[in-house]
This record gives sequence, structure tokens and C-alpha cells, in this order.
Amino acid sequence: MSLALIEVRATGKKFCRSLKRSLWYGLRDLAGEALGRRGDRSTLRRHEFWALRNVSFDLYQGETLGLIGPNGAGKTTLLRILHGLITPDEGSVTVRGRMQALIALGAGFSPVLTGRENIYVNASILGIPRKQVDRRFEEIVTFAGIPDFIDSPVQSYSSGMTVRLGFAVAAHLEPDILLVDEVLAVGDEGFQIKCLNKIGELKANGTAIILVSHNMHTVSTFCDRVLVQSAKEHELFTNVAEGVRAYKQLVHPSMDGHIEKLCSGTPGIEFVKVDISHTELELGGDFHLRLYYRATTSYDDVEIDTVLLVARETSFHYQATNRTFDKRVDLPAGEGWLDITVHDLRALHADGRFAVAVWGRDRSEILFWWRIPVRFTTALRCTGTNLYHTTFLTHLSSSAEASGPAGEGSGGHVVSR
Amino acid sequence: MRPGSAQNLPTVTYTPASQLLSPVSLITSMLADLLASRELAWRLAVRDISAQYRQSMLGVFWAFVPPLLSGLLFIVLHQRNVVNIPDTGMPYPLFVLVGTTLWQVFAEAVSAPLRVVTGAGAILAKINFPREALILSALYQTLFGFLIKAVLLGGVLLYFGTPLRPKSLLALVTIFFLIWLGLAIGVALTPVGMLIADVSQLITLGLQLGFFLTPVVYPAPEAFPYSLLATWNPVSPYLLSSRTLLVHGTAAYLTPMVAVSVCLLGGTVLVWLLYRVSMPIIIERISA
Repeated sequence: MSLALIEVRATGKKFCRSLKRSLWYGLRDLAGEALGRRGDRSTLRRHEFWALRNVSFDLYQGETLGLIGPNGAGKTTLLRILHGLITPDEGSVTVRGRMQALIALGAGFSPVLTGRENIYVNASILGIPRKQVDRRFEEIVTFAGIPDFIDSPVQSYSSGMTVRLGFAVAAHLEPDILLVDEVLAVGDEGFQIKCLNKIGELKANGTAIILVSHNMHTVSTFCDRVLVQSAKEHELFTNVAEGVRAYKQLVHPSMDGHIEKLCSGTPGIEFVKVDISHTELELGGDFHLRLYYRATTSYDDVEIDTVLLVARETSFHYQATNRTFDKRVDLPAGEGWLDITVHDLRALHADGRFAVAVWGRDRSEILFWWRIPVRFTTALRCTGTNLYHTTFLTHLSSSAEASGPAGEGSGGHVVSR
Repeated sequence: MRPGSAQNLPTVTYTPASQLLSPVSLITSMLADLLASRELAWRLAVRDISAQYRQSMLGVFWAFVPPLLSGLLFIVLHQRNVVNIPDTGMPYPLFVLVGTTLWQVFAEAVSAPLRVVTGAGAILAKINFPREALILSALYQTLFGFLIKAVLLGGVLLYFGTPLRPKSLLALVTIFFLIWLGLAIGVALTPVGMLIADVSQLITLGLQLGFFLTPVVYPAPEAFPYSLLATWNPVSPYLLSSRTLLVHGTAAYLTPMVAVSVCLLGGTVLVWLLYRVSMPIIIERISA
């Protein structure tokens, strides 16, 4: 039975909302600490709140734990306690082995010094021995991709170059435990791939990793478990996909479950009833609405706008009107109904809203406008917002049957390497 | 990576209890960190010094200005008989210039720790490196400042035709203690100084006041109660001895110097402990 590299037991940390008070408490804590008496740290003083409470987990060699949660959920606080920067107010944290952090890239860089000088300063702060830097100096410069600038002051670098140089140094960390906090968010894609490769390499070498990220793709790729944190509680998931889903619920809480009835009729037409087929939507399923109306005059050539908003997407997941499909719709006077069906839904893993609006001719008047909360209930191991049917085939080109490039099943273009 | 068990890995546990309650592990880790921080301290000192000089046109000139300026002021005041200063046992300009230069070295030692630690605030809050490196770096920077001022001292001594005696080299020891004392005071003020900005103002004020409360530009008074300025002011024995060693090759105020040195040794341990245990609290408050 191997020992955990990190043991977190019922750990909590409180912070203070008021600056003056925070500094005053700081002075009191300082005096208490200096006298060896900190008193009871688990009660809240005025203006204090728990930024983190009752967190427990173990982390073993070669394991990667993702810390995910909305902003202000205490992820960075937890990371800082683990790193030994601040002490917990409750519980305990045990760390075994050499811990290093991929947190502040380019820490200690002085803008007026050259890249060369800063490499040594930065490596020293990260705890990389000078000999190792000497040995790998060329490698670092090449990795950073700045050989022409290595003797120029860092203030003449672009921000991307500075980050790359910082990472090139940090890439030589060889810790037992690595903490990663959102560094991947900076830099271009090529750089991000380098970062991810480094993490993958360390993971393969048995380094235990704690990864804080808002990128669920990264989390799903690397993590074996995730700790989903919110301001109030936290939950440990051994199934990463489930954890990711829980995170999405936190970040985009269900929009109160109520239908927003922005407009249900005009003096000329009244929508008396709406049948909604179901609000729990499934991949590949349909969404159906029936709008019962009572009109005193006829409304010809109306425009029906249908929009699907998925909570985590910034633009429409889907938007189209009857005009998109070259379909003219008339609502003759009298009582009747209008059927709307959206086929073959492809949204995943999130809450959303289905908005339906009915406009009079030329959008002169809005007749109906509802926004209906819906929920997608898919439990697949994927993290995108869409799912497309994808096939996977392998072919052996050296086998007897496949004698030439015209072999069957090799549709698409051939990429040689 | 060592495969298998994690039993023999270095282990550290963080709890809410005061670190002082487990003194053995605290002191062990302090010593280990001091050893581990040598290279980093050197790097930081080189970084700060080269950055400082690379961005400056006049460079080392600034190291000479403060002691020269206040020295010259008192030389003029003395010559015009504005201030009445008893016999100093050496030419007054020599007395004053050596005194103000030594005082400046001390003053820089006092302000270095808070300056260096505050400057490192951003990385302190993010990376766990041996915190001792910052103090060691402050020491290196102060020593470098002294090396430059040693040129000024040498020039002044040469100008007044002071013969170089082997015993004068002992001044290096007393000056080292002078710097050490300054750093210890500076480190003692650092934890509170990181929390409240008033402390750095207080340091500036205290150093201005200290300049007059220490026999820098006047000889050590012999009449009570003013004689206390020489015997009970911890700076005085080091400063006075350094000056007489440099000029005459003889030490002064040996008994107070031994007493202060003993207190300084004990004080250093206390101040180091305070600095060490206060770091998590400070980081918590400066970066919330």
C-alpha cells in the first residue's frame, strides 16, 4: 500500500472582506503566532467568511486531480495551502516529496535584464539548480523560440515571448508533485500544446499533478479525478465526465425553471395555450411545440423565429425562421394551432433555453415570444457542445489485399508523413 | 521518479497550529532553507544590483552622494562655528566623512530587508521558495553598497594621509557587525512593515533621528546622561570602533560592543523566527 503524496483532511481557510480589518487581524495573528498562541482559528471574526471549508482528498503517485469550479470557489486558495504559501485555518495538509508549481511563469523576471540573465533568476526561484540550467541552456532558448533576443532586455519582448521564455525554464521542473494553475490559458496554440505535452510527460513519469483549469477539454484529457468546488461545497468525482457535468451545472445554474412569457398575444390574436412536448431533451431527439391561438383577424405570412441558446455558448447554438426553410406560414382568423418541431437535436451536457417568437408580416409586430428552459440529458463521455456521429477505421496498407493507393475505405485525401 | 513507496520522501504537514509549537522541525527547516537559499539569494542580489545600475546614468555616484553631502554640510557648519563640536581626536572633516559613510552603510542595511521583501511580494504570494533568500539577498546588496563606499572611505583616508595599519583591517569586522545589526533591525520591522505602509515611513524617520542620536558628526559625549548615546545606543560601539580602527588602529567601547554583539546573536535568532513564522500570515493578507 503506497502512501499518498498529498493528504488533505477537512481543510478550511477563511478570509476577511474588509481591508483595514484584514490588516488588523493580520497584526493580531502575527502577535499570536510570535507568542506561539494562535487561539481557535476555526471561528469567524467580524467580516470574515470561509473561502474554503471541509475539503478532504488524497493524491497518489502518477495521479492527476482536476480542480474545477466557478470563480471564487477557492481553487487558488486550496492550491496555495498545498504549496505551503498560507496555512489552513482548519484541518491539515500533508505533502510528501518535492512540490513545484507551474503557476507564475517568468516569476522574478526583471524587465531591464536580458533574457539570458532572467533565465538564471527565474530558474533559481523555481528551485532548478544552476548546473542543470547551464547544461540545458541552449535547449531552453530553442524551446522558447527566441535565439535572436536572448541578449536583449526582456522589456523589449512581446508578452507571448516572455511567457514562452518563462515556460521554457519551468519545463525543466522535475517535481514529485506539480501544481498547475491556469497557465495554459495564455500563449498561442502551439505553446499550449507544448504545455500539455510537458504535463503529459510528467504524468507518465509518475508525477502527481493538481490541475486548475476552466478548460474542460484539458481537464477531461488529463485528470483521473476531479474536485468540483463551489463557494458552498465541494465534491470529489472519480468519473471525470460526471464532474465536468456538475461543474457546468454550477457555472450555469438552471435558469430558474420558469418559462419567460414575454408576449402571449395582441388585441388581434391571442395564444391561449402552448403544449410543450418535453423539456428534458435527448441527443438525436426532437423538440415539439403546439401553439393554440384565437385570432379575430387573419395574420398572413408571419415569421416564426426559433432559437436554441445553450448556457455555455456565447452565441446561438441554433437559430432559424420559417423563411430559412422557404416555408410560408399563415394564421387564418378563428381558432387553430401552429405546430413547430425541431428535429435531431445535437446539443449536449448543458442547460439552455428554447426561444420561440412569432412576428407579424415584415416584423411589424410581435405576436408571441416565449423563452422555455430546457435541459439536455446526455451521459456520454465527451465534452464538446455538439456531438456528430464519427466513425473510426484502421487499415493496414502492407497487407496483401491492399496493394495500391486505390485500396478500399481510404476515402478522403492521403496524408503522408 | 522513484517508483514505489512514498515513505522516504521529505514530508511536511501544514496545520492551523503555530509553527513555534514544533520548534525542532521549524529550526531544522530554517537551517535547511538557509542552505538552500544561497544560490537564489546571489541571483536576486545580482539581478537587483544590475537592474539598478543599468537603468541609471550616474550609477555609483548615488552611493557617494548622501554621506558626502551630509558630511560636507557639517564640515561647513563646523568651520563657520555654527555648531560647537569638541575635539574629535582627528581632523574634523576626516571624522565626519568616515562617520557619515559608516552611518549610510548602516542606514542602507536597516532599510534593505523591507525593500527587498516588499519588492518580492508578487512572487512570495505565488511561489514557495526559501524565504531566507530575500534576507540573504538584502545582506549581499548591503555588502555591495559597502564595497562601493569603501572606495570613498579609502579616498578620504588617503587624502588625509592616514597610514594604513594592519589593525585597521579589524574595522571590516566591526563594519560587518554594523551591517548585521542594521539588517536585524530591518528584518524585525519587515513583518509588520509588509502589512502596514506606515512602517517604512517610520524607518525613514527613525534613521533621520538616529543620525543625531548616534555620535556620527560629534564625538561620543562623556557627561551623563548624554554618555548613554555612546554606551546604550547599540549602533554607537560598532560605528565608533570602526572609525577609530580605520584612523588610529584602535578599538573603542569594547565592553558595550561585546554586550551588543551577544544581544545581537540572540536577537538574530528571534528576528529570524519571527520573520519565518510571519510569512504565511503576511502572504495571506497581502494577496487575498
